[in-house]
Amino acid sequence: MKVLVAVKRVVDYNVKVRAKADGTDVDLNNVKMSINPFCEIAVEEAVRLKEAGVATEVIAVSVGEKSCQEQIRTALALGADRGIQVETDGKVEPLVIAKLLKAVVDKEQPQLVILGKQSIDGDNNQTGQMLGALANMGQGTFASEIAVEGDKVNVIREIDGGLQTVSLSLPAIVTTDLRLNEPRYASLPNIMKAKKKQLDVYTPDDLGVAVTSHITQIKVEAPAERKAGITVKDVEELVDKLKNEAKIIS
Amino acid sequence: MAIDQTYPEIRAAVASLCSQYQGGYWRKMDAAKAYPTEFVQALTSAGFLATLIPENYGGAGLPLGAGCAVLEEVHRSGGNGAACHAQMYTMGTLLRHGSEEQKEQFLPAVAEGKLRLQTFAVTEPASGTDTSRIRTNAVRDGDDYVINGQKVFISRTEHSDLMILLVRTTPREQCVKHTDGMSVLLVDMREAVGNGLSISPIDTMMNHASTELFFDDLRVPVCNLIGEEGQGFKCILDGMNAERILIAAECIGDARWFTAKSAEYARERTVFDRPIGANQGIQFPIAKAHIQTEAAALMVQQAADLYDAGRSAGAEANMAKLLASEASWAAGDTCIQTHGGYGFAAEYDVERKFRETRLYQIAPISTNLILSYVATRELQLPRSF
Repeated sequence: MKVLVAVKRVVDYNVKVRAKADGTDVDLNNVKMSINPFCEIAVEEAVRLKEAGVATEVIAVSVGEKSCQEQIRTALALGADRGIQVETDGKVEPLVIAKLLKAVVDKEQPQLVILGKQSIDGDNNQTGQMLGALANMGQGTFASEIAVEGDKVNVIREIDGGLQTVSLSLPAIVTTDLRLNEPRYASLPNIMKAKKKQLDVYTPDDLGVAVTSHITQIKVEAPAERKAGITVKDVEELVDKLKNEAKIIS
Repeated sequence: MAIDQTYPEIRAAVASLCSQYQGGYWRKMDAAKAYPTEFVQALTSAGFLATLIPENYGGAGLPLGAGCAVLEEVHRSGGNGAACHAQMYTMGTLLRHGSEEQKEQFLPAVAEGKLRLQTFAVTEPASGTDTSRIRTNAVRDGDDYVINGQKVFISRTEHSDLMILLVRTTPREQCVKHTDGMSVLLVDMREAVGNGLSISPIDTMMNHASTELFFDDLRVPVCNLIGEEGQGFKCILDGMNAERILIAAECIGDARWFTAKSAEYARERTVFDRPIGANQGIQFPIAKAHIQTEAAALMVQQAADLYDAGRSAGAEANMAKLLASEASWAAGDTCIQTHGGYGFAAEYDVERKFRETRLYQIAPISTNLILSYVATRELQLPRSF
C-alpha cells in the first residue's frame, strides 16, 4: 500500500511571531522555519504503517518554494522513501494546494493520504477536506488513532466532547490531531541517507493546475494587549462593575 | 542570528532530541551528581556521537564542523555535552595513529556506542599543562607494559570502557627533547579497574564525573601501544585542536542559550510598570554579550573550516576556545544579573549553566596558556618559562 503524506514548511512553533510594521503580513525575515507539527505527526504515522508492514512506500509531498525541500528532507530523514516538491511562488491558498495535491494523487495513486489537520501558520483547517472532495475519497479528520484493516481504514476522531470512530473505504484521506502519535527525531545515519533519496520537482504547469488566488489578505495585526485586571472588595462591587462598567449583565 | 547556520538538518534533529531532556532532567542529574545515562544513550543511538568516525568504521564520516553543530545545539538547548563529548573526539588519536588492526578492533564498536572511548588521561598532580613532566611511567616486561603513577582531573573514567593514556616510557632526563620519551597506550578499563588501576571520584562544583586515577603495577599488553614508543606527545597533540574547537562550539551554544534566556526574561519581567529590558542598563549588557558571542562564533567557524581543510589550525583553535569561553561567561554573568534573585534559583537553570560554562576558561586548556601560545608562537615574543 502506497501512502502519500503532505508536509508544509511553516514558522517554527517556538517562534513568537510578529506582524510586519506595515501590517501586510507576519514578519518571516530571519525566522526559524520547520515542518508543521501536525505534518510531522502525519509522517510519523505513515512511517509506523510502513514499519508494521502495512504500507510499502511512503511519499512525502510539499507545495511551496524551493526552501520547502528542507522539510521534505526532514520527512525523508524520519523514514519517508521519496519526496515530491510542487514548486510555487509566494503564498498559495488551501484550495490551490488541494488541487495540486489532487494532481499528485492522480499521478501516484496512493491508497492512503495523511495530512496534518491544519498548519500552524494559516490555521485554515481546509486542505485535507478539500482534497477529500476533489479526489472523491472518504475522509477521517482529527484522527487520534488509525488502523488499516483489509480495504478499510478505521479512524478514531477527536470531536467536541468525545471520540467518534469512522470506517472509510480505501483510498481515503486522514488528517492528524495532536494525540495520534509522538514523532521520533531523525538519527544521523538517516539524515545522511535522506540526502540521497529521490526528490522530484514538478511545476503546477506539469500537473495541469492553474495557480489562482481567491483570497486577498488585507491586514495582519497583533492581538490587543491584555489590560491589567482589578481587584474588587466584595460581591456588591463586582455586580456593580459588571452592570455599569462592563455592561455584561443588566 | 548573525551568520548562516551550518548543518541545519543536524541542528534540527539534535534540538528535537534535546527537547526530550529539558531543564528538569538536567537539574535532577545535577542535584544527584548523576551521569545522564539516558541522554547519552539517546545521543548515541541516534548516531550523533559517531559524527566524526569514518564511514568504513561505521560512523557518519562528517567533518569537524558537523561535530560542532551537534555539540553547540546540545548546549544551546540547555543541556550539557560534557558527559559524552569526548566519545566524539578521543577516538581521533586511535584513528590517526593506531594500526589498522587496532582500528578494526575498536572503532566500529565505538561508533556503535557498544564501547565508550571517552577518557583521555594526561594531567597529573605534579604536572598540569607542563606535560613533559608527567611521572606516570610504563616499563616493558615481556609482552606487557607495567604502569605506575597517578593522574588527576580525568573525566568520565567511570563511564568509559577504553582510555587513551599518556605515560613516560623513557625518563625525561634521558631524552634529547623533553617531549620525547612519552607513549600512548589504549587501556581496557573493564579489565584494568581492580587489577592495578583504581578510580577515586573528585567532588566538583558542577556535575562533571571528574576523577583521580592510581596506577599500581597495571599491566597493559604491548599490542595496545598506539603509534611508536616515545612518540606519544605528537600523537596526542593533533587531537587537542579538535577538542578545543568542539568545546568552543559548546561555549557558543551556552552563550546563545544565556542570551536568549536574558532577552526573554528582560522583555517580560515588569518592574516600575515597564519591562526591565526597556532599561538600557539591562539591555546593553545583553546586546554586548550577543555581539561578543557572534564574533566568537565566527572564529570557531574559521577554526573548524581550517581544520576540515587539513590546514594548520593551532592558533585559530586556541583563539576560538578563548573567545568562545569568555563570550559564554559574559553571557552567563549578564544572564544572572538580568534575572536578579531568580538567577540564583535552580529552577531557572541559569545558575547551573553558569557553573558549567565556567569550566571552559580552564579546560581543556587555560586562558593563560592560550595567551602564552599566541604571544610566543604567533607573535614570536620571548617565552617566560
